Amino acid sequence: MDMWIKVLYDMSANMILPTTAAFAIAAIGLNVHFGFTGLLNMGQAGFMLIGAYGFSVATIAGLPFWAATLVTIAAGTIFALLLGIPTLKLRGDYLAIVTIAAAEIVRMIGRASVLNSVTGGSNGLPGETYRNTFSALSPFPDGKTAILWFDFDNTGVNGWFIRIVAWSLVVIFAVLVWLLMRSPWGRVIKGIREDEDAVRSLGKNVFAFKMQALIIGGVLGAIGGMFYVLPTSVQPDALGRNMTFLIWTAMLLGGAATIWGPVLGSALFFALRIFIQGTVDILIPDAILNTQQTEQFSWIMVGVALMLLVIFRPQGILGDKKELNFNV
Amino acid sequence: MSNATKKTATEARAELKTVKQTPGASKPDAILVVDNVVRDFGGNRAVDVDHLEVQRGVITALIGPNGAGKTTFFNLITGFDQPSSAKKMFGGPSADKAAKWSFNGKLLGNTAAASVAKSGMVRTFQLTKALSRLTVMQNMLLGAKDQRGESFLAAFVKPLWAAQEKANIAKAEDLLKRFKLYEKKEDLAGSLSGGQKKLLEMARALMSDPVMIMLDEPMAGVNPALTQSLLGHIQSLRDEGTTVLFVEHDMHMVRHISDWVVVMAEGRVVAEGPADTVMSDQAVIDAYLGAHHDTDLGDDALLEEGAMDAPKKEKK
Repeated sequence: MDMWIKVLYDMSANMILPTTAAFAIAAIGLNVHFGFTGLLNMGQAGFMLIGAYGFSVATIAGLPFWAATLVTIAAGTIFALLLGIPTLKLRGDYLAIVTIAAAEIVRMIGRASVLNSVTGGSNGLPGETYRNTFSALSPFPDGKTAILWFDFDNTGVNGWFIRIVAWSLVVIFAVLVWLLMRSPWGRVIKGIREDEDAVRSLGKNVFAFKMQALIIGGVLGAIGGMFYVLPTSVQPDALGRNMTFLIWTAMLLGGAATIWGPVLGSALFFALRIFIQGTVDILIPDAILNTQQTEQFSWIMVGVALMLLVIFRPQGILGDKKELNFNV
Repeated sequence: MSNATKKTATEARAELKTVKQTPGASKPDAILVVDNVVRDFGGNRAVDVDHLEVQRGVITALIGPNGAGKTTFFNLITGFDQPSSAKKMFGGPSADKAAKWSFNGKLLGNTAAASVAKSGMVRTFQLTKALSRLTVMQNMLLGAKDQRGESFLAAFVKPLWAAQEKANIAKAEDLLKRFKLYEKKEDLAGSLSGGQKKLLEMARALMSDPVMIMLDEPMAGVNPALTQSLLGHIQSLRDEGTTVLFVEHDMHMVRHISDWVVVMAEGRVVAEGPADTVMSDQAVIDAYLGAHHDTDLGDDALLEEGAMDAPKKEKK
């Protein structure tokens, strides 16, 4: 019985991890790209990595927290501009190719040994080298606080402070996206998703709207990346293609083109993986699958889940079935 | 209307009586003037229009057999495609041979499709482009011009655009009532029938109060009962001062509502004139039926070399 309680505890603890929040922020960004504008961004992890480097390198160079945050936002914007200018005039598939390649380029450059002194090469940057400016902002006293069955440090590496900030940002960004999408701006964006030429024939500058959407989603990705590395460390390989596909899975699970879908999807995604891993660990003897193998098994199941999802429930949990009747 | 000296549709139509019935004839009050528009697809010259003028305030039909280049011509002048004869920075045709067209006194060469639409020339598509996963009302509202809420920062603050939005909704509701789509306004556009999508597209184009509306086969796939009311809408548009240019295959409809007919064949304008006279024009008959349509193919004499050219000469 204890083992099941541990699984439940792990599930709930994983749902509120700051990295889960960071993941949700990046998923909200991807949802602006794919769900609302119809841009096939296959390199959201690249935006995250750009944001992570932007923040950490700027902080290590001596910038205060807010300036480093601005660097993060600027990095996301510039990366989006670079990707968008040559590709947004072309058909959507090209953006997918370019983004996946660009994300790989960022990762390769990040881990190049020439840049050891800046990015730490393939070893990355340890969290304590850039985390302190953020921790210093915490208004909480030292010590630990227990809420429900969670007992964390107030400020520490993985404490309440970063959880509260990261999840507040998730809510703020979701509300901002909601504000945008109910406006005429959001209507044009959704129109572009349906048919660019129709929107163009109505006198809207489609390129400018697509660029704005690409930048917003990219900046959200960069901020997600920044919060992903704050409680951990900058590891270029942790923010590679895998990460992009996990974000896609989470977004599709919750429901693309919905406001809360990416958030719900992210939280559920991590909880479900822990659930699969824990259940398999308990039920299947070690002789068949040992603990390490169950983790790999749980990732395999994530892949299977993604396939089942897009085949049987492409609208996700929160999506509207009605919209699928005449999918493009 | 942007035109200061606003004329009634009847006056505009009366002016057409004085126009010569030759391809490229000049009109007394031309809203659209097109020169040297050529479009090559590889070795195939799809459009080759030397000169064409469209009279303001009337219904002009653009007809021609399949592959005559009507839709390509539409795409070119609305900015969805660039002419091969466009002015280039290096090389390209000389200034007097380069493609040039003006709408409402404004030069439009090398203009993006969105800017063309903003200048008041709004088009629809042969294959309807209803935005499926938006509601009918959202489709309509997209058509409105100069929306404050479409700028990124203003979008966050509803009070900045709420009043304009309300006015647009009222206007959209009026148009939807006219086009018999009012009951469908909260339905997703993808759930409409083909004919209703055509109606929606036309209504959406009207949201921007276009100076000239360009309809690409508005009747294709619309049932006969609906055709009648569509024709009525198009005529009332003209009577309210909008210039209409449309591509159509249905000769019955062309005869019924158009004030002026331009005939294209193999990319060129081969004839123009009022509907009833242009239909009997030799070039038009040749274009539609072939130059030898009344030749008896069972005639053994045709097997001789050069015999096929004979009937053509006789007629001239």
